[in-house]
Amino acid sequence: MTTNSKDMRKTWEKIADYFRAHSIWMKWYCTGCGAIEMPPTMTSRFDMEQLGMGPMATPRQADVLLITGYLSAKTLRRVIYSYEQMQDPKYVVGFGSCTLNGGIYFDSYATMTRLDHYLPVDLYIAGCMPRPEAIMNAFDTLIKMIEKGEAKGWRHYQENHDWYRKNQLHSLKEVYVKDEFHE
Amino acid sequence: MNLMNFVYAFLLLLAAFVFQTTLTGINRKVVARLQRRRGPRFYQQFIDIFKALSKGSTTHGWVFDFGVVMALGGIMATAIFIPFGPLKAVPAMDNIFIIAYVLAVGMLGMAMSASGSGNPWASIGVSRALTNMLAYDIPFMMVVFGLIFAFDTSSLSGLAAIQREGGFLGWHVIRFPLGGIVAMISLQGMLGKKPFDSFIAPAEIASGPMVEYGGRHLGMLFLLHEFSTFIEVSLIVHLFFGGGATVAAFLVKYALIYTFLNIVSNVLPRFKIDQAVTFFYKVPLALAVVQTFLIIVVGMGVA
Repeated sequence: MTTNSKDMRKTWEKIADYFRAHSIWMKWYCTGCGAIEMPPTMTSRFDMEQLGMGPMATPRQADVLLITGYLSAKTLRRVIYSYEQMQDPKYVVGFGSCTLNGGIYFDSYATMTRLDHYLPVDLYIAGCMPRPEAIMNAFDTLIKMIEKGEAKGWRHYQENHDWYRKNQLHSLKEVYVKDEFHE
Repeated sequence: MNLMNFVYAFLLLLAAFVFQTTLTGINRKVVARLQRRRGPRFYQQFIDIFKALSKGSTTHGWVFDFGVVMALGGIMATAIFIPFGPLKAVPAMDNIFIIAYVLAVGMLGMAMSASGSGNPWASIGVSRALTNMLAYDIPFMMVVFGLIFAFDTSSLSGLAAIQREGGFLGWHVIRFPLGGIVAMISLQGMLGKKPFDSFIAPAEIASGPMVEYGGRHLGMLFLLHEFSTFIEVSLIVHLFFGGGATVAAFLVKYALIYTFLNIVSNVLPRFKIDQAVTFFYKVPLALAVVQTFLIIVVGMGVA
């Protein structure tokens, strides 16, 4: 990321970041096999609610877009639409090796091998699959990053939108949000 | 009405917000213990609300924005009329009819705003919420009219004072047990807790009316939810559990009732909306009719 790492936040932003760090509402984008690791993380064995995290029903309400597994050309378009519906500040977590470098699908013709060409990923969780311990550990890191103001992927996306949009168009040919209701 | 009334009203709203939000947080902990989890911090609900208010937000037209403000304003205006134990911000205005009518402003604002977002899930959610309202309101209001008929007053604090004369046994929930059962079931419906939460249903209709809300708008909805919970539970405490001679007694009764309903909610599955309406029009409505008959014709419990 090219954004400078100097802490330029105002006092109210630091206070707001404390609240944002300790209340993480997630939208799970569950197309890959990674979704199976979320129920044990959520329920009584690991209990992610003790860190203030919880699942949300729609992208509008969510703070974190959790992408669990590989993305095909079709699902990537929906991920981008979902991401652009979320409200700032928003964070993306790539889950599993597939989002990192393609994982076992590295030479497939239909899957995206690197998620951060298309969306600004704040944190990766490596592994195939990452166990709930790794997920809890990763979210502990994400909480510290947000609290320190280091999770700035959403700002990076705004500043380098042309570069991201070029990559998205290169892979998908067209990217636009279709509004069926208002047409 | 003078300036002091407004100051009292503001303080009452603040107290209601702090109390109800803390109680919601504690109840999240209670639910976690039911499910053998550790659960969030007890002040997690405050963090969630302030986080939502600190985020950016988008609009879907002026109906969407105006509806949220109208709903929050309407609900806060209603909360002012609720007696906080013996304390009243606006004396002699704690009438059930005033509360019922001002409460409708908030409900309709919410419905207007959600429909204004143009999302089909929101429309389904709103239609279910209003259907649900139609279901629980009829048995509940029938029992309340019975109480008003029996004691010739529609003032909340007046009805609460009548109950306290006879001590614990004078509570309306003891003297009119059928009415008490109807009120508790209706309160479960008012609060939108299981089994009557089909209009929220996160996995089915993506949280219904709230589907398009994010950031600040969602924060306002959370505030609205805390205030409307305060109004609804307070109504039942005043009507059936003797209100509060002191603030502490009121808050203890309030907390026990809310926690009880929350525990009941978490061991039940969800009704479909037609099942909920059928249920309300069969069991609670029948109980309400019997109770009102006993009050008006037989005079049982009125004495």
